[in-house]
Amino acid sequence: MIRYVGRRLLQGAFVLWAAYTVSFLILYLLPGDAVSIMASGDEQNSVDPALVAKLRSEYGLDRPLHEQYVIALFKALQLDFGVSIKNGVAATQAVAEVLPETIKLAAAGFALAVLLGSALAIAASFSRNRWVRQLVASLPPLGIAVPTFWIGLLLLQFFSFRLRLFPALGNDGAQSLVLPALTLAIPTSAVIAQLLIRSLHQTLGEPYIEQIRAKGASDALIHFGHALRNAAIPTLTMLGILVGNLLAGAVVSETVFSRTGIGRLTVTAVNSRDIPVVQTLVVLAAAIFVITSLIVDLIYPLVDPRINTAARATA
Amino acid sequence: MTRSNQPRTLPAGPIRRPAAVVGLLGTAALLLSACGGGADAGTQQSADATPVSGGNLNFALSVDRGCIDPQQVGNNDAIAIARQTVASLTSQDPKSGEIVPWLAKKFESNADATSFTFTLRTGATFADGTAIDAASVKTNFEAIKALGAKASLGSTYLSDVSAITVKDPQTVVVDFSKPNAQFLQATSTFTLGLLSPSSASLSEADRCAGKFSGSGPFSVKSYTVDKEAVLERRTGYSWPAATNTNTGEAYLDTVTFKIIPEAGNRTGSLQSGQIDATAAISAADITLFNGNGFWNETRANPGVVYNLYPNESTPKLKETAVRQAISKAINREEITTTLLTEKDQPAKGVLSHTTPYFKDFSGLLAHDPDGAKKLLEDAGWKEGADGVREKNGEKLAFKVTYWQSPKEVLELVQQQLKAVGVDLQLKFTTIADVTAAQATKDYDFSYGNLTRSDPDVLRTVFASTTARGGSNLREKLPVDDTLGEQAAALDKDARQELVDQGQETLIKDAHSIPIYELSTTISANEKVHGLAFEASSRLDFYDAWLSQ
Repeated sequence: MIRYVGRRLLQGAFVLWAAYTVSFLILYLLPGDAVSIMASGDEQNSVDPALVAKLRSEYGLDRPLHEQYVIALFKALQLDFGVSIKNGVAATQAVAEVLPETIKLAAAGFALAVLLGSALAIAASFSRNRWVRQLVASLPPLGIAVPTFWIGLLLLQFFSFRLRLFPALGNDGAQSLVLPALTLAIPTSAVIAQLLIRSLHQTLGEPYIEQIRAKGASDALIHFGHALRNAAIPTLTMLGILVGNLLAGAVVSETVFSRTGIGRLTVTAVNSRDIPVVQTLVVLAAAIFVITSLIVDLIYPLVDPRINTAARATA
Repeated sequence: MTRSNQPRTLPAGPIRRPAAVVGLLGTAALLLSACGGGADAGTQQSADATPVSGGNLNFALSVDRGCIDPQQVGNNDAIAIARQTVASLTSQDPKSGEIVPWLAKKFESNADATSFTFTLRTGATFADGTAIDAASVKTNFEAIKALGAKASLGSTYLSDVSAITVKDPQTVVVDFSKPNAQFLQATSTFTLGLLSPSSASLSEADRCAGKFSGSGPFSVKSYTVDKEAVLERRTGYSWPAATNTNTGEAYLDTVTFKIIPEAGNRTGSLQSGQIDATAAISAADITLFNGNGFWNETRANPGVVYNLYPNESTPKLKETAVRQAISKAINREEITTTLLTEKDQPAKGVLSHTTPYFKDFSGLLAHDPDGAKKLLEDAGWKEGADGVREKNGEKLAFKVTYWQSPKEVLELVQQQLKAVGVDLQLKFTTIADVTAAQATKDYDFSYGNLTRSDPDVLRTVFASTTARGGSNLREKLPVDDTLGEQAAALDKDARQELVDQGQETLIKDAHSIPIYELSTTISANEKVHGLAFEASSRLDFYDAWLSQ
């Protein structure tokens, strides 16, 4: 088991390095650099090119790619990702300051998504009316297809601007979390519901369910006592992807609702070619993926004792 | 915070449609409520009401670049915050363009505009309590020079400074190696606003985070990047500019600048009272705030208007006739009437009409497609099979890379040019891509404006004699001398003549292809009063107050 975890951590380190390197290359190849953007002041300004060149050299942006890379990587290994080019704040600090906001949003969004998604799936599976069942089952694809951006704007329009129940902007208090979390939860719950509906359908067709039914178990007992737990396993496999979805959704949700967070930070950092901040975010996102999938693999055996992750991995 | 700046934080594609949806929904909601209210006007309540002190004003901005240091920032959103935190040596009358006293009660220049003497008023202090004296002016200007390219505006204003001399505690002399008639106006801008000398030694991060001690009517209370900046009234402030009506402390307790990147959210938040004012309502939504409990006020930004700048180092755009034809083919009136608000104006020259020394050159900018065709025919550009003109197998096609909204402006120009056989190829992209294209000089036309309430902006943008070499990337021409002489002319009439002459040449030879005047519109709840534009069309919150 320990060897297994150790190996997975090594693999994780490789993923982090690869993410760092690839994003470094992409950012290097993208046209435009932070210093000229800053000097332009968004208008037809004419800062002395010599001054711009001087600033670029202060940030080491004029060095050859391999030199920039080696220096940056060496520092990154010591968790020093450099300072934000736009305001001189340490990149890790800029990210750490807003990370809790995104965690709050993602956690609330995820909890809502699990509730909504499971509710939908159970409703679809429970319903005896075929018409209702199909209607409920057709909701998840809709939820996935509708752009998150649009969902956010609709929620804003009705619950904030029209009914004035929730604030349209900011991160102050639980009230401000409701609409952004809901925006995030809708597409995610659709994914969960779709997976769960399919997997519940499959599970309910298993012979052992017939057996339980024959023993006189009620529909509710079959669902909640037996089928749901087994049906949840394939959904669990997708947890890594769901977390990725949440992070991507945070970009949109945080922008629409003017919340601070790593989604907003990513947009502004990419737009201003603030390489140190983007790199920090990329490595953070990669780390989240690595850790989530490791956790998922480790909790499989707890949900289903038939699965032995470590043994299977070494086999 | 001009409307041009809004949808920058997200790629333009996905935003546009949903934003329009909200716009529509918003319109519908407004139409419903509009049936009840009969208020009209939609202009700011007259100034005769007596200002009351107190309250917090929520003002929405669309972008936060993570820095609010007045001496560093260059984009309009950051300027809206930074302007309030500093007082400047002088101020500029928005109506006459006249430079008037602020921290300097007296200022004069020598005859050839190379030496400027400022006599400071007594009693003014920085927020940390130290006196605003001649030595602090020297420290500030030297600190700005040391910031280099980080002080994107200040470094250009001070580029030729040769010496700063403290004569006595109240008198400072700034000497230049070249004549600098623009310098007096520069001292009225926020970017040469004064910070406490102790702020000069702060780290860049601390300065950006607003930990400096300013000299203006407001101080930074808190600043959270991408969220909000809260300014609070400076107690004891009593050194207003001659252009303000208020004479004591600011009326507002606090001003909260909230960052709202999404245009639909700004519109809805203003309608629902979650913010009190903004200058970032999209052109399509602006009429929602004409009356019905709101007001709009629009002012064109002074300076060089939105222009297509021909890259004259390319053979095709080196041809004067080609440039002239392109300028003639543009129907400026059609652009403002179909795409922008009723308050937006077509270019009447290289300078906008709010710029000092403005002169109306509309006669030279008339829409004349036939004249354009004739110029191109005579120059040997014949229409090809696809309708695009060509000469010696070379197509009359040009690339322009730009990010400025509304992107439809250049799309319309594209159609207008197509009508005379010119193919304008557009690439609407991010600022980063545009600055990259400009750095490598890989473009046929660049596009943009430069806000500055002084005609010297013509030289900054066009003269091949500047360090950057001018937007045309051309060799030196006589017009550069005219623009240079303008910078040395202190006499008003002499300067006017040189500015006119320079503008006329730039337009006639189509080094400048002006399109329309960038404007800023304040949209506000009717309880907001006295929120005004200063001469550079930046916002001034000092006179602003809220009715209860």
